[in-house]
Amino acid sequence: MSPRVFGRPGVRPEGPELLPVFPPEYTAAAVLRTTPFHRRTEALCEAGNWRRWSGFLAASSYELHHDREYWAIRNSAGLIDVSPLHKYRIQGVDAERLLDRLVTRNVAKCAIHQVLYTPWCDEAGKVMDDGTLCRLADDVFRLTSALPNLRWLLDNARGLNVQIEDVSDALAALALQGPNARAILTEAAGGVADDLGYFRLTEGAIGGAPVQITRTGYTGDLGYEIWTEPQHALTLWDALMAAGRAHRVVPAGLLALDVARVEAGLILIEVDYVPSHQAVIEARKSSPYEIGMGWTVKLDKPGFVGRDALMAERARGPEWEFKGLEVSWDAMESLYGAVGLPPQLPSEGWRTSVPVYAGNRQVGYATSGCWSPLLKKYIALAHLQTPHSATGTHLSMEITVEHHRKKAAARVVEPQFFNPDRKRSNPGRADRS
Amino acid sequence: MSAGFDTVVIGGGHNGLVTAAYLAKAGQGVLVVERRELLGGAATTEEIFPGYRVDTGAHRLGGLSAQVVADLGLTGHGLEVLAADPTVFTPVGNGIPLTLWRDPRETAESIRRISRPDAEAWVPFTELVGKAASFLQAAWTTTPPDVTGSDLGDLLAGAKLGLKLRGLGRKDMAEVMRILPMSIYELLDEWFESDLVRGTVAASAIGGLCQGPMSGGTVYTFLHHHVGAGAGVIRPTERVRGGVGQLSEAIASACRQYGAEVRTGAPVERILVDDGAAKGVVIAGGEEVRAERVVSSADPRRTFVHLLPPDAIGPDFARKIDHVRFRGVCAKVHLGLAGLPDFTCLPGAGPHLEGVISISPSLEYLERAYDPVKYGAISDAPYLELSIPSLADPGVAPAGKHLASIVMQYAPFSLRDGAWDEAARNSIGDLVVRTLARYAPNIEAVVEGRHVMTPLDLQERFGLTEGNIYHGEMTLDQLLFMRPVPGAARYRAPVKGLYLCGAGTHPGGGVTGMPGLNAARGILKD
Ligand SMILES: Cc1cc2nc3c(=O)[nH]c(=O)nc-3n(C[C@H](O)[C@H](O)[C@H](O)COP(=O)(O)OP(=O)(O)OC[C@H]3O[C@@H](n4cnc5c(N)ncnc54)[C@H](O)[C@@H]3O)c2cc1C
Repeated sequence: MSPRVFGRPGVRPEGPELLPVFPPEYTAAAVLRTTPFHRRTEALCEAGNWRRWSGFLAASSYELHHDREYWAIRNSAGLIDVSPLHKYRIQGVDAERLLDRLVTRNVAKCAIHQVLYTPWCDEAGKVMDDGTLCRLADDVFRLTSALPNLRWLLDNARGLNVQIEDVSDALAALALQGPNARAILTEAAGGVADDLGYFRLTEGAIGGAPVQITRTGYTGDLGYEIWTEPQHALTLWDALMAAGRAHRVVPAGLLALDVARVEAGLILIEVDYVPSHQAVIEARKSSPYEIGMGWTVKLDKPGFVGRDALMAERARGPEWEFKGLEVSWDAMESLYGAVGLPPQLPSEGWRTSVPVYAGNRQVGYATSGCWSPLLKKYIALAHLQTPHSATGTHLSMEITVEHHRKKAAARVVEPQFFNPDRKRSNPGRADRS
Repeated sequence: MSAGFDTVVIGGGHNGLVTAAYLAKAGQGVLVVERRELLGGAATTEEIFPGYRVDTGAHRLGGLSAQVVADLGLTGHGLEVLAADPTVFTPVGNGIPLTLWRDPRETAESIRRISRPDAEAWVPFTELVGKAASFLQAAWTTTPPDVTGSDLGDLLAGAKLGLKLRGLGRKDMAEVMRILPMSIYELLDEWFESDLVRGTVAASAIGGLCQGPMSGGTVYTFLHHHVGAGAGVIRPTERVRGGVGQLSEAIASACRQYGAEVRTGAPVERILVDDGAAKGVVIAGGEEVRAERVVSSADPRRTFVHLLPPDAIGPDFARKIDHVRFRGVCAKVHLGLAGLPDFTCLPGAGPHLEGVISISPSLEYLERAYDPVKYGAISDAPYLELSIPSLADPGVAPAGKHLASIVMQYAPFSLRDGAWDEAARNSIGDLVVRTLARYAPNIEAVVEGRHVMTPLDLQERFGLTEGNIYHGEMTLDQLLFMRPVPGAARYRAPVKGLYLCGAGTHPGGGVTGMPGLNAARGILKD
């Protein structure tokens, strides 16, 4: 497949002094990095619909519309290249001490091969990032994150006996998500993951490639993430696609993933919250309590970064809550009906700040929303001032109908719009999360 | 485990002792623990050669606080300050040297032989220095405002400084604000034409700095060294009878009189932190001393990085401490002399030898001395400040002998090539003697004993990080409310019950007693 080019290749504007603006080799792949799966994903990406993810080219959708990819995640299995995640390997006698100092959850209680989802905060108790933390051995951990965190890790590691290594480029990763994911792995990995519990890790081989498999993901569905060294990436991809064929596996891009994660009520950094170290004003920062991560804050754990501030905030009670909104279908119908249209539904997730009202007073703002094809509902994730955040509260959300701002009735719900049993359960076993 | 104290002070340098004395005077049970066998820190006197009492660190006072002397009754504890006059002698190889006297008119006369315009500019220049230094003096005696917070006390302190500045009058205030961030080179360019005058004045702007006189902000450091200097006095030279260690001994004696306990040979291994609060110290060997609060006069790097457990301070603060610049550039050389140096430009003995002798023939000479340091090398032709205390205070040398104490700049703590070993140490000694010989050729003949301390030796002997004589460079960005770092400039560390009181805090280094006094005031207010 020939490289796609932004701009017009080789076109030299008039005037002898000017350099060519877009030399022929100036392709997206020359400017952004490509993941170890790129040879496969590029060949499959019919839509040519790429976006930037942490400096990498990432497929937004493989087909012109992400519909089939979304339905694969919910009905069969989607295969998503998640290699651009930042990954850190933390090793040493003080590794647990460092991480317990860094994150809000209790790392001392993390068993070998267990994975914790956790945010971490600055000293004022404001969230800087969130990710997964896996204990690979007694004194070896792997932390994944959305943003670079090496400097923060090193700052917290002063005087501690740990080695911290940025292994982002040393690990390729695929997410295999959806109800058929287990069956595909049974075939591809020979059953090592059959009994794998929710947020646990196992090791194995797929198509001859040594892998680590974690039962984690960003879809709120049954799913796994599979980690391997870059030289094994294509082998892994091919083996999963081969094993998945009979189970209707579909390579899925970030648009499909985005709808799935909104349905699952999973918060997205730089979209639903501003990392505290990037916030230019205090008001943009959020504590874990304000963005639905209060359950991760273990205040009984001594001396982690931000603890004093979080104790105080808990005593005060947070000012904001992060909740779900279900926009009333009847309201949509009548607002659009008034201009002679059927309801216009956002099939792609949107990521703008949308005001939320109680009567005429703005009491919050939604930061992500989409039409849920599965639930047949218009859903959104919203920051609400605590007096208005109780589940069941009737509010309204702004929608723009034919260039005019309107308010559509909406109801406050728990943000996990979709939360199937299969996400955590194992066949024939009790829930062991 | 020892009985509990109200306060344990880490370090028996002069600032630690000052803080201890004030706290004990206010009724606290105080223990001072000093790692060395003798007191004084960088303000101490040691018998390096038999019969010589050598000021191994500071060899003159740095604007010693009159309030400290009075409050602690130090004169009654044996302190006698000897103010030299002339204060400075700057020799030349051939030609007319420069002598600075305490009386600026007398200095102007000395300058007249070199440059008439400079002679006329001298008194007005000393007046400007006096006004600007009096502004700094107001800042010195106040706990710096915390610009990061909105404490009422801070606003008042800030307002007080503002008033002091306003008190200067509009024109003077504008002038002080204008010159503070300048390089001493730029300021002197506006005032003087003579190399000798420019070099001699500029030399007092670069003490302990890894910068030359052409670096921005050196006017501030120049003024810092003139706080409390007395009207018209440039580069005051004040010594202590018996050696500067007698000052530290006098403060220690005041401490004991107020009931404080002072222990030497007791290096603190770590500060005890319990539930986020300092609870005492552990002395080498494992002895625990409990106290309500811990006050450290060790430098900020030592205190926060080496003495505290790693997670006692937050990552943001730790990063700031990591970035405090030390970069020591001083070496110290002590010479036992059979006779006095004989300067070709002014032969024989005389009052010119009684102040400090400044090897600073021009401002450019100083800048060139600095140049190699940027690249990790030692000056070829260094700046020297030589003091012969045995003239005014014969007791510090055996009868008929003299003692020379020399601060040499620049010798960088971090050498690009090689290490601070015996050979490098000797090369510093040779360089210093060779440099002096250009002005006083007899020096090689009269040297009987030689003792050299490299920046590494200063670190080992005094516990000064990177051999920085001031516990952190005295650059504009590391002064006032930014000393040692913004957010901790008010003597309180971000660990409950832990305070700082050494030269690494406002107003900074030198034998002044000011950080110790300000810290004590802050602690007693809490
Ligand atoms: C070579 C040299 C020349 C100088 N020349 C001059 C000069 O001419 N004029 C001038 O004004 N200033 C001069 N100074 C600077 C001046 O001496 C210092 O800034 C000042 O003495 C600092 O006093 P302090 O009490 O704050 O710290 P220090 O004197 O450094 O005292 C700190 C004390 O803490 C002790 N300590 C450190 N760690 C521990 C521990 N873990 N446990 C127990 N004790 C500990 C140290 O041993 C030391 O005694 C010079 C300094 C040096 C080194």
